[in-house]
Amino acid sequence: MNAGRRDNDQPLLSVRNLAVTFQLRGQHAAKAVDDVSFDIRAGQHVGLVGESGSGKSVTSLAIMGLLPRRGVRVSGEVMFDGTNLLSKSRGEMSALRGRDISMVFQDPMTSLNPVIPIGIQVAEIIQRHFNASKSAALERTEELLARVGIPDPRRRLGEYPHQLSGGMRQRVLIAMALACEPRLLIADEPTTALDVTIQAQVLEVLKKLVADTDAALLMITHDLGIVAGLCDTVNVMYAGRVVESATRERLFAQPQHPYTGGLLESIPKLDSPRGAPLRPIPGSPTQVLPWSEGCAFAPRCGNRTEECTARTPDLDPAGDRHLRCFNPLSRTAAEARR
Amino acid sequence: MLRFVLKRIALMVPVLLGLSVLLFAWVRALPGDPARALLGERANPESIARVTERYGFDEPLLEQYLRYLGALVTGDFGSSIRTGQSVTESFLERFPATVELALAALLFAVLVGIPVGYLAARHQGRPLDTIVMSGSLLGVATPVFFLAILLKLVFADWLHWLPTSLRQDARIDATHLTNFYVLDGLLTREWDAAWDAMVHLVLPGLALGTIPLAIIARITRASVAEVLNEDYVRTAESKGLTRRLISRRHVLRNALLPVVTTIGLQAGLLLSGAVLTETVFAFNGMGEYLFDAIGQRDYPVLQGFILFIALIYALINLLVDLAYGLIDPRVRVS
Amino acid sequence: MSINLPPISDVPAAETAVMPGEGPGGGLWRGAWRRLRRNPTAIMGAAIIAFFVLVAVFAPLLAPYEPGSAQWSGDVTPTTVPGPDDDHLLGLDRFGSDLYTQLLFGARQSLVYGVVSTAIGLSVGALLGVLAGGLGGWVDTAVMRAVDIMLSVPSLLLAVSIAAVLGQNAYSIMIAIGAAQVPIFARLLRGSMLAQGRTDYVLAANALGIRRRRIVMGHMLPNAIGPTIVQATLNLATAIIEVAALSFLGLGSSDPAVAEWGRMLVAAQDRFEAAPRLALLPGTAIAVTALGFTLFGEALREALDPRNRR
Repeated sequence: MNAGRRDNDQPLLSVRNLAVTFQLRGQHAAKAVDDVSFDIRAGQHVGLVGESGSGKSVTSLAIMGLLPRRGVRVSGEVMFDGTNLLSKSRGEMSALRGRDISMVFQDPMTSLNPVIPIGIQVAEIIQRHFNASKSAALERTEELLARVGIPDPRRRLGEYPHQLSGGMRQRVLIAMALACEPRLLIADEPTTALDVTIQAQVLEVLKKLVADTDAALLMITHDLGIVAGLCDTVNVMYAGRVVESATRERLFAQPQHPYTGGLLESIPKLDSPRGAPLRPIPGSPTQVLPWSEGCAFAPRCGNRTEECTARTPDLDPAGDRHLRCFNPLSRTAAEARR
Repeated sequence: MLRFVLKRIALMVPVLLGLSVLLFAWVRALPGDPARALLGERANPESIARVTERYGFDEPLLEQYLRYLGALVTGDFGSSIRTGQSVTESFLERFPATVELALAALLFAVLVGIPVGYLAARHQGRPLDTIVMSGSLLGVATPVFFLAILLKLVFADWLHWLPTSLRQDARIDATHLTNFYVLDGLLTREWDAAWDAMVHLVLPGLALGTIPLAIIARITRASVAEVLNEDYVRTAESKGLTRRLISRRHVLRNALLPVVTTIGLQAGLLLSGAVLTETVFAFNGMGEYLFDAIGQRDYPVLQGFILFIALIYALINLLVDLAYGLIDPRVRVS
Repeated sequence: MSINLPPISDVPAAETAVMPGEGPGGGLWRGAWRRLRRNPTAIMGAAIIAFFVLVAVFAPLLAPYEPGSAQWSGDVTPTTVPGPDDDHLLGLDRFGSDLYTQLLFGARQSLVYGVVSTAIGLSVGALLGVLAGGLGGWVDTAVMRAVDIMLSVPSLLLAVSIAAVLGQNAYSIMIAIGAAQVPIFARLLRGSMLAQGRTDYVLAANALGIRRRRIVMGHMLPNAIGPTIVQATLNLATAIIEVAALSFLGLGSSDPAVAEWGRMLVAAQDRFEAAPRLALLPGTAIAVTALGFTLFGEALREALDPRNRR
């Protein structure tokens, strides 16, 4: 990367060496996120993919400044629009949240306040950031609800979350997150808790609104299918670190990290012969080697060599992608061919 | 809403009926001849005959019960063996005093308990939290009557800051319209009378309110701590709302739901605690009346009192459920 | 295609399927014990309880005189009660007995009354609760209606009315306070039995055709027992306070030779200004003892709370 191109190409969000350590009284420190770096440019859609426990949600909460202050240590840099969010005060972060960066959470059943009408819950974010009157905010809310496809939005304003279905609630949360037209939207598994039939609808709504508002999107998911239909570039996380990042096309066409390969292989495909077994990744995400002792994926990896448990691989640029692996799939494939 | 109230009242009926059966059986379970048990060993044959006649102790049990039930329905809770005064009348006369005391205690408990519990939850694991939590355990463990004695000893007998007993200074010539002395003073604009009645409420109110205070503080803390971990609070934070708005609108409203229920449960504690507190402060309410009745084994008074308390208790819990519905929309619909 | 379910005791650690009571190595109680030992609240509570129990058991050895002897009644006048001196560590009480002796024997009374009444409440209440929760149907309905009726009266008044029928003796107090506790235990145990009945592991056990009795006794009960033990510990505190309260209301034993903290407190009331220690000492004794059980009960509750399990 040369300095000349940097100015016009400065990313909107640049996460550098982000690390999050949980340290509760009387317990061992646990590193949930370790040395995570990635960029998002304005309007770009970026995927952050991994199994549960890989640290992707913690990463998003760290960017938002929503991790509890006690017992959590965050280090590294989260540059947003040229300033480091990690060094901002609580008040500065609160003024920025909802207006410049906002978030859609995983579970619509629990993410809305059960005792407050949904209209108020959407309107309050507009009142807060645009200094709008309550009636103006409610008017805008009605408009937003209509845009996320909620029928009869005026009546819905006064309803409570329990009167809405899960899909409707998630639409409300999307309307809420995009109410102030933020420049970055973080969506943390926004469809995981929904019925499969509803998932696609909600995803469409999300996609449309993100496109309409020109927001950049950080899509956090374990579902490569969602990534395939939505993201420009993809970061794959394992055990708190990014193990591979590439453009969507490159990643799906030629996965290099054995973990990425495993994720792709475990998706059922329509064109595979009938009766062909799915190939899940062996073992479970709890079988992890500490990164300090080698590659965390080594215990489950088919490409493991002695090197993998002796040294820690770095996230190296490899062509047009970044990869943290000693024995990428391309090399083993080449060896097999030979 | 009306249907909900009616349904709740309908649910109260079997409980109160069951209680009336128990209370009916209770007097008959007293050792020996029920009339003699009611009147005591020294009663003369004439009065025993009179009581037997009045309560129909020589009739079949079912008839006796129906007669008892019929009297209850018309508001006749029997009459005192000692004074012959109607139990219902005596209660209505003394009830305002107890209500005034219980409300003073509850006010103290709620106004102090909720903020203290909230602060403790916000300071989880830090010194303030530890102090509040240990203080509340001490509060729960201290018997009401001991606390009453202690307060009276220190603030009335030693320091002479506050009156030792009664509801109002005898030298004050106050007009009593409703028998709620504070309210009477305010209604008649006899400010000194109202003030004096309030001053007399301080010590008994503190004594009676301490246990509810401790419990409310604990529940509030637990409930706020739980709500602070809820997803919707994180959502509110992700919207960049101010801390104040998050606390008021998103945390407290949800956290108060279990607290409201707890306040309803405290009603029983307040009523039975009032008996003990009133005794110590010679506060002329139902409690003192009951204390005398226990001492003299005035069974019709006890019988009526228990039924009366159960009725009030049930009504309070009905009110609590209604309040709950006001805060929680999920209950309103169902 | 057939699915081979693993034997129930080997269900993997999927969150919904763990059996808290039967985890590897009886994890629940071992974990609770570990947390209790590290909790200063629990240690303080246990220390108070231990002290109280030791005093109660060894009262005859510790006390310098016979309880309730009133042998120095001549020294007590209507306005003065002799204070501490060489013969009497804490002075005399208003009847002319040694106050220290009375306090020691009061501990004995409180322990016996508290334990016996709580045992009555626990055993009857638990039996009713398990029957109601385990059997359901009309048994459940009948038990719960009875519990509703008992709970419609505040527990102290319930105890008062029962004690009034049973007459003025030690047993009537214990039975009255025990009976007043029955609905609390019955409701608690029924509630946790029902909650357990809805959990996935019981559903799984049902689906696997394990016998009903084995499910109730082997799975549901062990898991419901934790809250019950917590409640019993807390109820010991309540019972000790209620014993004193009944004495305070004049329902205790009428024998003046029996040293009882609540009655000592009543008796002290008319000698307040002259000898406040007569009220302060027994009152503090009740409060501290109740505090001990409360502290330990709360710590136990915390230790058994699955949310604190790590």
